[in-house]
Amino acid sequence: MSQNPKARAFTVGTSLSLATVAGIYFGSGMLEHFDPALFWYAVASVLAAYAVGYRFTLWASRPPSRMYFKRGMQMIFGGGPKYKSNNAPSAAGEIAKSAATNFAAQNFIRERSYFRWIMHLCLSGGCTLAFAVTFPLVFGWLHFTTAPDNAEIYNVVAFGVTVRTFSIHSIEATLAFNALNISAVFVLIGLFMAGYRRLTDAGERATQTFYEDILPLILIAAVTVTGIALTISYKFFDGLYHGSMVWVHLLSVVALIFYIPFGKLFHMFQRTCALCVTAYKKKGAKEEQATCLVTGEEFASQRHVDDLKIVLDELGLNYRFTTEDGKEVHYQDISPQGRRRLIALNQGKLLKR
Amino acid sequence: MVSPSFFQENEFFLDQSRCIGCQACVQACAECDTHRGHAMIHLEYIDRPTGVQTAPVVCMHCEDPTCAQVCPADAIKQDDDGIVHSAAKPRCVSCSNCVIACPFGVPKMNNGYELMMKCDMCYDRTSLGKKPMCATVCPSDALYFGKREDIERIRQEKPVNEFQFGLQTVKTKVNMMTAQENENIPVDVADFMAGATFTLPETRTGAPDVANTAVFDLPEIVKLAKNEPVEELQV
Repeated sequence: MSQNPKARAFTVGTSLSLATVAGIYFGSGMLEHFDPALFWYAVASVLAAYAVGYRFTLWASRPPSRMYFKRGMQMIFGGGPKYKSNNAPSAAGEIAKSAATNFAAQNFIRERSYFRWIMHLCLSGGCTLAFAVTFPLVFGWLHFTTAPDNAEIYNVVAFGVTVRTFSIHSIEATLAFNALNISAVFVLIGLFMAGYRRLTDAGERATQTFYEDILPLILIAAVTVTGIALTISYKFFDGLYHGSMVWVHLLSVVALIFYIPFGKLFHMFQRTCALCVTAYKKKGAKEEQATCLVTGEEFASQRHVDDLKIVLDELGLNYRFTTEDGKEVHYQDISPQGRRRLIALNQGKLLKR
Repeated sequence: MVSPSFFQENEFFLDQSRCIGCQACVQACAECDTHRGHAMIHLEYIDRPTGVQTAPVVCMHCEDPTCAQVCPADAIKQDDDGIVHSAAKPRCVSCSNCVIACPFGVPKMNNGYELMMKCDMCYDRTSLGKKPMCATVCPSDALYFGKREDIERIRQEKPVNEFQFGLQTVKTKVNMMTAQENENIPVDVADFMAGATFTLPETRTGAPDVANTAVFDLPEIVKLAKNEPVEELQV
């Protein structure tokens, strides 16, 4: 693959788009179960797949991100530098544990605040459920059929295989047919909580921006409200304005899908790096530690310090000193505490105090 | 939002040699809304077993911040005012690259939050045209926020915003006070590496050291100011 990051990103983005197209074609039984009414959703998904692939590759190619992904892969599959180790944990195990606690349970947000944890669980859980229902339906991977002899028995067909059968009067049917409405309720709760926080939290109000913090809420709200409006229209108002509302909903969904690769919501892909970081930190904690040249105390894993020297070189930053006796000292071998002392001591020295 | 000229007319000036270690900045810092009860300023004890020297460390808000460059998650952003903010909450992966790479040792990692938090010059205040908390409460003006002409008028020292770390030059938004003859602050490491002594020279050329005189013992302070010998404090 090309060494030029943009060319590599183009290749990955294009491949992801083509994979989505292939997934739609083959997953829907050569388009037999593809719903033409959902055509524009599929088009938006294919374009968004390109954008996500492109942006992810560019981001993951940056020296610090690349280092963590590379070390993450090496921890699972082997290779990379070796350090004296004392019972380093299994990387695969740590990554699996981190996926459960960080991705699913989002424990770190609970530590920040219970309010934000519930808010984020409602938003991420609701959106994940909605996407889990929408994309398989849009791509024609999932459809429903009725039993030949009983129109009240539904079959759930995934990739051409019947995976589930239920009566339309069952609780399961109610949950399945209202999955998007249920997800919308969770998202609405999350939206109200997020909106309250954005309006009342003085710290957030000082630093929030429209594009990063307000626009995603507006887009998610637009999708949710127009989606619920579709249900209300056909359930309670005999389909009043349903035709035009379908297009408004489509536009809001497309806008949200296009925002994902370019704004705040891209963090759902960026947090994959956290999985590698967790395993890296756990492994480093059991390995040889770096000792500060100023304080004489241990401050980080030697692996982390050495890797940062490589990253700094790749970024074109040169924090190397040469002492009077010709020895080379890398500033990275000095701990944050040592640096704070150094600055103060140097200021005093220059002021002759 | 504050007018763009606020940050042009007002600057942060740091003179660590004036610090008296009172901790007022630490207490005030925690009250800043963007810091959420956590003090982002460091009050560093330079060599606690043998001396009383302390130094406040705030973010210098580098023009091209190393912390942001080494961030794998692209979580550290600098705004149009040149303020480098705490890591973006959704993105930070708590790797500590920024903590270890910052040339001034400023970022703090909150492992429970999985979030890097740092001095943001009290952006909730400065964005409204108010002084940062630490500079508001500092009794010795080691932390000073105001107009450049004012600090140049009242101080003998000169503000500079360029640091030399070996081969790396770092320019900052925050100024540090230094001697008039200096154009920048060359950071020397060799003199201060572990094993070297931190003991201050016996004869000090700066202000008289009143640390070993009794508190409010005016006659002794006057003697010191006149360079007259005083009796050693018996402990």
